[in-house]
Formats: sequence, structure tokens, C-alpha cells
Amino acid sequence: MMHLRLHLLSQVGWRNVCNAGTVGCSARQPNTPYETEGVLCIHRMMAGYGCLNRNSITSRSPNPRMDKRTMCTVEKRGRVHLITLTGAGEHRLSPSLISALRSALATVRASPSAGALVLAAEGKYFSNGFDQAWARTVPPHLHDSMRGAFRALVADLLALPMPTVAAVTGHAAAAGCALALAHDSVVMRASRGFLYMSEVDVGLKFADYFGELLRQKVPDAAARRDMVLGGNKMTAAEAVRLGIVDAAADGGVEDVVAAAVAAAEGLAARGWDGEVVAEIRKAMWPAVWGKVKDHPAAARPRL
Amino acid sequence: MCTLEQRGRVFVLTLTGDGEHRLGHPLIASIRSALASVLAAAQAQPQGPGAALVTVAEGRFFSNGLDVGRAGGSRARLRELVDAFRPIAADLLALPMPTVAAVTGHASAAGLLLALCHDYRLMRADRGVLYMGLPLPPYVARLLRAKITQAHALRDVALRGRKLRAPEAREMGIVDAVCAGAPETAAEAVKLAEQLAAREWDGAVYASIRVSTFPDACRAVGIAVESDEEKSRHFASRL
Repeated sequence: MMHLRLHLLSQVGWRNVCNAGTVGCSARQPNTPYETEGVLCIHRMMAGYGCLNRNSITSRSPNPRMDKRTMCTVEKRGRVHLITLTGAGEHRLSPSLISALRSALATVRASPSAGALVLAAEGKYFSNGFDQAWARTVPPHLHDSMRGAFRALVADLLALPMPTVAAVTGHAAAAGCALALAHDSVVMRASRGFLYMSEVDVGLKFADYFGELLRQKVPDAAARRDMVLGGNKMTAAEAVRLGIVDAAADGGVEDVVAAAVAAAEGLAARGWDGEVVAEIRKAMWPAVWGKVKDHPAAARPRL
Repeated sequence: MCTLEQRGRVFVLTLTGDGEHRLGHPLIASIRSALASVLAAAQAQPQGPGAALVTVAEGRFFSNGLDVGRAGGSRARLRELVDAFRPIAADLLALPMPTVAAVTGHASAAGLLLALCHDYRLMRADRGVLYMGLPLPPYVARLLRAKITQAHALRDVALRGRKLRAPEAREMGIVDAVCAGAPETAAEAVKLAEQLAAREWDGAVYASIRVSTFPDACRAVGIAVESDEEKSRHFASRL
């Protein structure tokens, strides 16, 4: 049955997802934006895991106009939890995508062993910001569900008990740029993609914690002014030079992901106590943490 | 004292005359009045074509600081002038358009602060120093910390009273560009202001983002911070 499924989907691109590290394992995940199930890897089954080695998280929106596509996937590569925003679109931060991301983080948080997180995206965009198209379809009092949910997502990232790495595989604009910068380190695609605080150009005001996040990650006043008050689109080379991102990776999306995963693996290998990592991070980012932590959803019980 | 003119989209505020442009009550009032006119013009055209401000000075000085009178002048007077300058800082940091200081001469103490309260600073290479001499009232310290972010730079300016020429100031991130002399500095500043005005940013949004970016400095000079509700309403209105 699984072979039949693989056969039917053989027209699309594939990637190898065997995380038992077995050379030549044929477990693969099709690169499609449509709803997929996890792929069983025979080696994991033999090792007694017996569960999906790549979970896909579908949108839970009750809105019938949203098709049930996979919004993001979670997989393990060695010690690294890799969350990927799926599909070739702009990965606009709608309530659905934010909810999917928070679920993915909850899954990662529940993992028993020390690890590290990488957040990446398929396609041309890392994320192009809030889903204003969605916001136009709902009454204003519901906009807070998107903006508030994003605040809670940032709180989740700051409280995550493991090192975090953003793999900025494409353009990161506005809230999408803030999402990337809310990680401990950032690996950015060298050949394509900008960090762009587009709010000044599109006429949007900042939530207060955005200002604190930018101040934390772009301490130089002139560089920060150029980004937020100048609407400068920052390339990977400039971002590395200014110390805003840690490294620029050559090649395509998969190469950037591989570089981020390698960096994350190095951090995970240090075997740090995750709770300590989270506490240190909150202590190092007190201004941002102070502004996001009181969100009702941010105080979640330990799983 | 000072004049205000409009050249296309750019408002040019000029500190006039060959003197030190010491910030006493008359000049402070004159500058505030000019900034109020700029604000009124911007608010009269909220969806307007975009605007920017340039502040420039005639003579050898941009501004040599507060008008504290002869050496040993009273502390009361100093305190009074420190308080009187604070609203200028607030006016500039809340101005709904990009602001450019053309530092065409010496800028010390409150004169340096005046330049720092602008978004961009261009300075002449051939003459003039930046210098912060006086003890720092609280709002001054917060302004300096917001705008001078390289650690050694802040120490040198605030703790060591270092006198900076334009190239050093640029190294330290205090000045954005260095131009040959005063006329070139003024011309480049106006050109930059025109480019910024041509982006046609929404002035209220621009000012709001500025306040979000330098929240501590803005609070220190008395700028009210918008609530989340106000920002949510604005978000809804922009869709």
C-alpha cells in the first residue's frame, strides 16, 4: 500500500528523510504542498520507534475557504528538530499558520532528549509577514487573534528549552523578519532573499515588542534606523557584516537548511540543560521577554 | 534666531547669523515655533506627498549649547534651560517625517543633542567638533544611550568629553556622512531629505515607528506612547 502511494506520487520531487541515519534508506517525503501523512521508515520501525518520522501539521482553520493544506512539517535530523513552512507561497502569518507553528513547537518541546530547533521554509519566501488578506475578510476585533497569537509564538520561541536557529531560506519581511530574529542564531541564504522591515513602506505601526526585538538583534542605532526608518532591504552579506545574522550559506534552500541543521547539531551536541538555556535566554533578552511573556497563552504548563 | 522655508517637499530650518546659536529661551522658542509650523503643515496634509526636515546653521557653529551665561552662571538657570530644551527634543523625535541635521559647524552639549535628535546627521570634514561637556541630566543620558550605541563611542563622548571631528564621528556611528565644507554639507542634507521625502511615507506611521525604535529616549522627553488598542485600530484602518 505504501509502495503504491509512493508510486502515485513519483512525479514530484523527493527528499530523503530517514533519520535513523541508515545509508540507502528509501524513506522519502514528497515535496508537495498538499496534505501528506508521515512516511514510515523501515529502519525506525526495526529500531522500535514505530511511529511517523515526519509529522505534517495541517491547518485547523474552520474557514471552509482555506483548503486543508499542510502548513508546516516537523522532522528530526539527528538531534535537530526541523520545522519547515511548506509550499511555494509567502508563508503569511495567518492565525492558522501561527497555530500550526505553535503546535509544532509543542511537539518539539515534548521531545525527551536534548536537541536544537531549526525553522526553515520552502520556496522563495521565509515569511512575508502578517496575513493582511485574511484580516480584510474578518471583523477588526478578530485581528488581535493574529497579532496576539504571533506575540505568543515569539514567547514560545524565547522560552524554548533548546538552542534555536532560523534558516532564512528566502525573503523575510515585517513579522516574517521578526520571526527570524526571534531565534538565537540566523543562517541566511547568500544568493537570494532580504531581511526587510517593510512596515514603513506599507504604512504599518510596530507592536512594542518588535522595537525591543530589533534593538536586541540590531544594536547599532544607525543600522537599525536604516532598516526600520529607511525600509532598507538587507542582503545576507550586509547582515553578516553587521552581525545581525551569523552566517550566509551558498546554494539553494536545501543547502541553507543543511547549513542551519549542521550549526544546530553542533549546539545540540553540547548537551546543555534545556531549562537552563531557556532561562539564560530570557535573562539576556529581558526587554523582549518582558513584553511577550504575559500573553495568556505564553504561560503554558510543562508537558 | 531661526528661519523656516519650504523647498519643494523639504522644510529647511536655519539657525541664522554668525554667532554661537546658543540655546537660550528666545532661540528655543523660535525653534519650537518653527517645528510647530512644520507639524501643522504635515498634519494639514495627512495623505500628503511626503516631506522631510533639514536643520542647518549659518556661520562657524551649529550650536554651542545652552545659553548658560558667563562661566559660573547659576545652577537654577542651567536647570531651567535644560528643562526648556527637552520639548525641542520631543518635537523632533515625534515629528511625522524624516529629519536630517546638517552639522555645518561646532556642535557641543545641547548643540550635539540637537543634532542627535534628528534621524540622520551629515557633517563637514574641514572644521568643527562634536563635544558633550556638561553633567548629563537624566533625559540627556537616555538620549545619548539611544543614539550612540557603540560601547566605546558612548564612553568617549559622555565619560571622557572627547572632541570628535567628522571622520571620527562617522567611525563611531554618530554621523552618517562626511562632506567637504559647510555648503556641501547643507546641499547633501537637502538632497538626502528630498530622497527620503520622495518615499512618501505616512508621517504618523513614520513617527510611530521612530518612537517604537527609541522608546526609552522618547519616554524620557515626554512623548506619549501609543497603546496596543490604538495600534490595532490603526492596523484595521490600513487594510
